[in-house]
Amino acid sequence: MELDDLTHTSGEWLRGTGPEADIVISSRIRLARNLAQFPFLSRSDEATRAEIEGLLHQHVSDLRLPQPLTYLDVQKMEELDRRFLVERQLISRELCESSGARGVGISSGENVSLMVNEEDHLRIQVLRSGLALEDCWEEIDRIDDSLEDKVTYAFSEQLGYLTACPTNVGTGIRVSVMLHLPALVMTKEIQKVYQALQKIHLAVRGLYGEGSQAMGDFYQISNQVTLGKSELEIIGEVKDVIPQIIGYERKYREALVKEKRRDLHDQVSRAYGILRTAQTISSEETMHLLSSVRMGINLGLIDDLEIPTVNELFIHTQPAHLQKLRNSALESGERNVARACYLRERLASSNDVP
Amino acid sequence: MKQVPHEIHLCEDCAQQYLNQDEPSPASEPEEGMMVKLQLDAGDKELAELDKNVCPNCGISFREFRSQGRFGCPHDYVVFGDELEALLENIHDERQHCGKVPKRAPSDSQRQYQLIKLRSELRKAVAEESYEEAARLRDEIQAMETALSQGTGDAD
Ligand SMILES: [Zn+2]
Ligand SMILES: [Zn+2]
Repeated sequence: MELDDLTHTSGEWLRGTGPEADIVISSRIRLARNLAQFPFLSRSDEATRAEIEGLLHQHVSDLRLPQPLTYLDVQKMEELDRRFLVERQLISRELCESSGARGVGISSGENVSLMVNEEDHLRIQVLRSGLALEDCWEEIDRIDDSLEDKVTYAFSEQLGYLTACPTNVGTGIRVSVMLHLPALVMTKEIQKVYQALQKIHLAVRGLYGEGSQAMGDFYQISNQVTLGKSELEIIGEVKDVIPQIIGYERKYREALVKEKRRDLHDQVSRAYGILRTAQTISSEETMHLLSSVRMGINLGLIDDLEIPTVNELFIHTQPAHLQKLRNSALESGERNVARACYLRERLASSNDVP
Repeated sequence: MKQVPHEIHLCEDCAQQYLNQDEPSPASEPEEGMMVKLQLDAGDKELAELDKNVCPNCGISFREFRSQGRFGCPHDYVVFGDELEALLENIHDERQHCGKVPKRAPSDSQRQYQLIKLRSELRKAVAEESYEEAARLRDEIQAMETALSQGTGDAD
């Protein structure tokens, strides 16, 4: 697999299948691990970094996974390609923006990614479409076990897996579920969800993580506590709140359909219309309109467009993706034109897309 | 396995628990990769002290760790152990791992973790005056301690 092969495809986790996939976009689990015999990265010089990268590169490449794995040398990569992988959710911003020896192993379906020399020596991530945290855990646990056969992780009986940042120590696990919550945003009920989740120590943030606004009404819910609970307990705590939030979102969608069907239908149709006809459009507006359209499909207000297509458009209209698709560097204004053009093409031919 | 003097240990912890409960709950924790905001108060004198506390392995001082929010090496968790307790408790509410253990770790460490977790549950039960629950936990702890000390706790 070459990086450029990814440009026209999308990850399996965007298929829009799996339990509750109308509201749950994806489930994700990541584990933070460090090698016992090396300092953490903030105290590793270039040579040490390279040594860690060489070792983990080897072990990651040797992994036998259900899907073939490709290892990419992030240090040698162009900035555009690195940002492309961030938009793709395959590497973090930190791995994109840092310097020195580092890399990532990616499975062909984009369900598995293993980041080497991120904040920790190793960050393993497994993604699934829909609500499928158990599947994520089963797979990541297995990957972790096979790596642990080869290397000695930094681990203490008292504090578990030792990580560069104390917020990850213990299990080193981050369990996240990405939800599409347009009705809760529209009715401003989302604030209540925020508050309720904060009280039980769960974090809520937008699509592209840190500090970013919840673009396109996507919210990622994840655990904060990593110490003193087992992985399954932590997964359970995240998993337990999801049905309530889904129920809440469904309730408000139904109420909107019941009480404001015409307004809602109008809003959704206009959004679809703009996306199909605009000549220039920003990323924010695109996300906002795609969000309306996505909800419109789920409510049966739009019937000639598929969810996977919309899921893919959220990713493919991001800046680095557009530039990869157009095969050239584009200024922000040029991107807006290219984005509108791409949307017109894709939405005109959406009926042919599987 | 030696018997731990339960009463004294419990009461110290209970006191701390009560103190912590009265404090406003920590603001929503930073996103992964964000700096840890250490909520320790320190005067100049104390800062000088913190500078002296240095990891022999990687050379990071506790003060440097405080300003960066990142450790230098795994050994720092041991070197800064005392100072970290409050911080970890603040972030996680807990100080003892009880999740996955690498296969190469000592085989009965899982049981040790269970034991320590049961003790923390016992402390909570006592604090909440759930005496039936506390009695049940006490029995469970005693049984597990006996099993461990007799070596019948076969690793699984
Ligand atoms: Zn007490
Ligand atoms: Zn150190």
